[in-house]
Amino acid sequence: MTLERHKYDVLVIGAGGAGLRAAVQAREAGLRVAIICKSLFGKAHTVMAEGGAAASMGNVNDKDNWMVHFRDTMRGGKFLNHYRMAELHAKESPDRIWELEVWGALFDRTKEGTISQRNFGGHEYPRLAHVGDRTGLELIRTMQQKIVALQQKDGRETGDMESGIKVFAELTITDILKEGGKVAGAYGYWRESGEEVLFEAPAVVIATGGVGKTFKITSNSWEGTGDGHALALKAGANLVDMEFLQFHPTGMVWPPSVRGILVTESVRGEGGVLTNNLGERFMFKYIPDVFKDKYADNEAEADRWYEDQDNNRRPPELLPRDEVARAINSEVKAGRGTEHGGVYLDVSKRLPAELIKKRLPSMWHQFYELAGVDITKEPMEVGPTCHYVMGGVEVEPDTAAAVGVPGLFAAGEVAGGMHGSNRLGGNSLSDLLVFGRRAGMGAVEYLKSNSAIPVSDETIHAAAAKIQAPFDRQGGENSYSLHAELQEVTHNLVGIIRTGAELKDAIIKIAEIRKRSANVAVTGGRKFNPGFHLAFDLDNMLLVAESTAKSADSREESRGGHTRDDFPGMSNEWRQVNHISSFDGEKVNIRKQSLPPMPKELFELFDIHELEKYMTPDEVAKGGSN
Amino acid sequence: MARNIKLRIWRGDSTDGGLKDVVVEANEGEVVLDVIHRVQATQMGDLAVRWNCKAGKCGSCSMEINGKPRLACMTQVASFGEEEVITVTPLRAFPIIKDLVTDVSFNYKKAMEIPAYEHPKDLAPGEARMEQIDVERSQEFRKCIECFLCQDVCHVVRDHEENKKSFAGPRFFIRIAELDMHPLDILKNRKKTAQEEHGLGMCNITKCCTEVCPEHIKITDNAIIPMKERVADIKYDPVRWLGTKIRKREGL
Repeated sequence: MTLERHKYDVLVIGAGGAGLRAAVQAREAGLRVAIICKSLFGKAHTVMAEGGAAASMGNVNDKDNWMVHFRDTMRGGKFLNHYRMAELHAKESPDRIWELEVWGALFDRTKEGTISQRNFGGHEYPRLAHVGDRTGLELIRTMQQKIVALQQKDGRETGDMESGIKVFAELTITDILKEGGKVAGAYGYWRESGEEVLFEAPAVVIATGGVGKTFKITSNSWEGTGDGHALALKAGANLVDMEFLQFHPTGMVWPPSVRGILVTESVRGEGGVLTNNLGERFMFKYIPDVFKDKYADNEAEADRWYEDQDNNRRPPELLPRDEVARAINSEVKAGRGTEHGGVYLDVSKRLPAELIKKRLPSMWHQFYELAGVDITKEPMEVGPTCHYVMGGVEVEPDTAAAVGVPGLFAAGEVAGGMHGSNRLGGNSLSDLLVFGRRAGMGAVEYLKSNSAIPVSDETIHAAAAKIQAPFDRQGGENSYSLHAELQEVTHNLVGIIRTGAELKDAIIKIAEIRKRSANVAVTGGRKFNPGFHLAFDLDNMLLVAESTAKSADSREESRGGHTRDDFPGMSNEWRQVNHISSFDGEKVNIRKQSLPPMPKELFELFDIHELEKYMTPDEVAKGGSN
Repeated sequence: MARNIKLRIWRGDSTDGGLKDVVVEANEGEVVLDVIHRVQATQMGDLAVRWNCKAGKCGSCSMEINGKPRLACMTQVASFGEEEVITVTPLRAFPIIKDLVTDVSFNYKKAMEIPAYEHPKDLAPGEARMEQIDVERSQEFRKCIECFLCQDVCHVVRDHEENKKSFAGPRFFIRIAELDMHPLDILKNRKKTAQEEHGLGMCNITKCCTEVCPEHIKITDNAIIPMKERVADIKYDPVRWLGTKIRKREGL
């Protein structure tokens, strides 16, 4: 049988926000682009983003600007962010949002007719451009339709709408192919038929999103299996700071079948309050020292803030996500949780029913249809759910080029560094746009001095053999059960609160599952066979879990999305450390690397007393890197 | 409380297939997609089913449940009787690939035929000013999650394969309506091309599409009927018709 082959300039793996934005950029520069989606076009996890996209347009509060957004992002990430990524992100987000409007997006409006912006955790001013609570859908649809617009333009010019940009839907990539140390293409299979496909492309953009399916309780869809993280590792790239996982404070907890499904932070942004089973609004007890001057310590002030933001501090429900998730976890552990092990989130007392339905339409729908709860009349039950991975492929901030692998780029959730130890809500959709575009630009620039490299037969045979292997094994392990076992291990031992002993146990258990996964056998044929598909996804999740457990074991402090019961404090020495994961073909290795220090002009955007809370006296005295 | 339920699943491919009976455990609050996943994990490892978000937001798990086009992730097991057999079959209007998965590429081809949004040339990024009330009309249609249940249920194509060539279907009528009502879009004649090129006239407003829409978009009332009325006005009202000829007024 002949192998299906395609040649492109740029191959984009992943059709969520970052991938599509990269594809648009590369195509508009005249390159031929292939977009790979693991599911149907337009279904990527970006559709699940609810609250909005953060950009300091200043439409609602004109005091906002990129410097405020930069500061908020660094604070949210507890200063472990790569300063340059946070800077580019804060500076470029407004342009990326306005650009979507030029492509047909319809955001909610202010009275003046500009794009409306809403409050969100950790953002000093109302900053999130939104469409009700379905902002991600608007983003992905706008870019999907932009891709179609580009295809129609190509069609008018060449007679073939798919001549310049083609979407390959329901296709999984199993290997990034390299020749002579450089990227040469990728190999994979059609999910529908199981047939194999070779892509020859000198530039590959990884935009595969997150890793949530490694965990038992997650807001992520089936696609979040860390494919890009694993592909990059196997191709010789590094992952940075994989210990940092965001447990979103508010996932549904009841009924069991919906456990983990996201409850947007907009509920709190619109005035929702968190209470325990004693009716106590508990967040006031959990304001950490570093945030004491910015958050109200009593209900009266917190409530006044919704009317007058200039003269009152913010309600503590709007602390960064890591703080709120830990607080909920503590309340439940102390026996003050709800019947089903969550806490109450109530917006019904703040807003009239029709306004709730208008501003939070999909939340109303979701609770009414899946839990039988009317959120305009009664509280929701919520608890933490694995939502986002801050760690990811180590990249050059300006070009999104993966460090160490020429021709490889990464953008969006799969890339690391931007969010430090904790991402602020709303900073993901803007991240996709800013760095998706930059990855596209990076590929365009790279191809000015690099061209296609033929893929050797040897490389192809090795990639093909891997795909066939699970069919040739007899009576081996079941991929569904191994996946469930992995999720138990990560949930119990690498979850929201960690200890050294449990992490060491997790590392051993993950290695055992990985050993057994080499024996996964598949029943049935190649045609649309989910058991076969999961065998490859599982392999990726195991590598990601190993990287996370090992990084978490090494980091002996608590910061953002990494909380160690045995090292509860934040350490200013550890703030200077990034964990770099690499793969030697057998196992994941972790080493420490210095975090690049902020240059003077960014350093000086902060109050020195704030920096003293995060930095060592030496760093503060130095006052920036230049 | 867990209980056993009877599920009847269509299994097969484009060449052959049939309904298979299984008994599977169902827990409190579970949806049909949950029990299909349990069958997949414990009894039929290669059972093909599409799904993504399991929260009614992506529109992937479209199938027919007891003959009705629905999202499996939003259909409660408890909505059926204790002894009732739940029958799940693939979408009928599209070719079968395997089991519950159909070839929905028809929809993506139609999407490529709808002329894209055109932004006013002299309106720079960030300069747009629109009233909330004006964007809301199009926003209703942009809620569409592309589950294609409306395309599946529409009798113009459900039992008439031959109509597919000239009929874009309800999903794309709301796409055209959305652009037509977009406060900024400058492309003209959208209603006219809806009628002449995308088969708007073939719709005889039985509202089946509106009934199955999981996003509760009023497809017929708010998109199709207003476009049809405008088309009829311009085309068949002699005064207006004359107006388009004499003053070269843009009609639709």
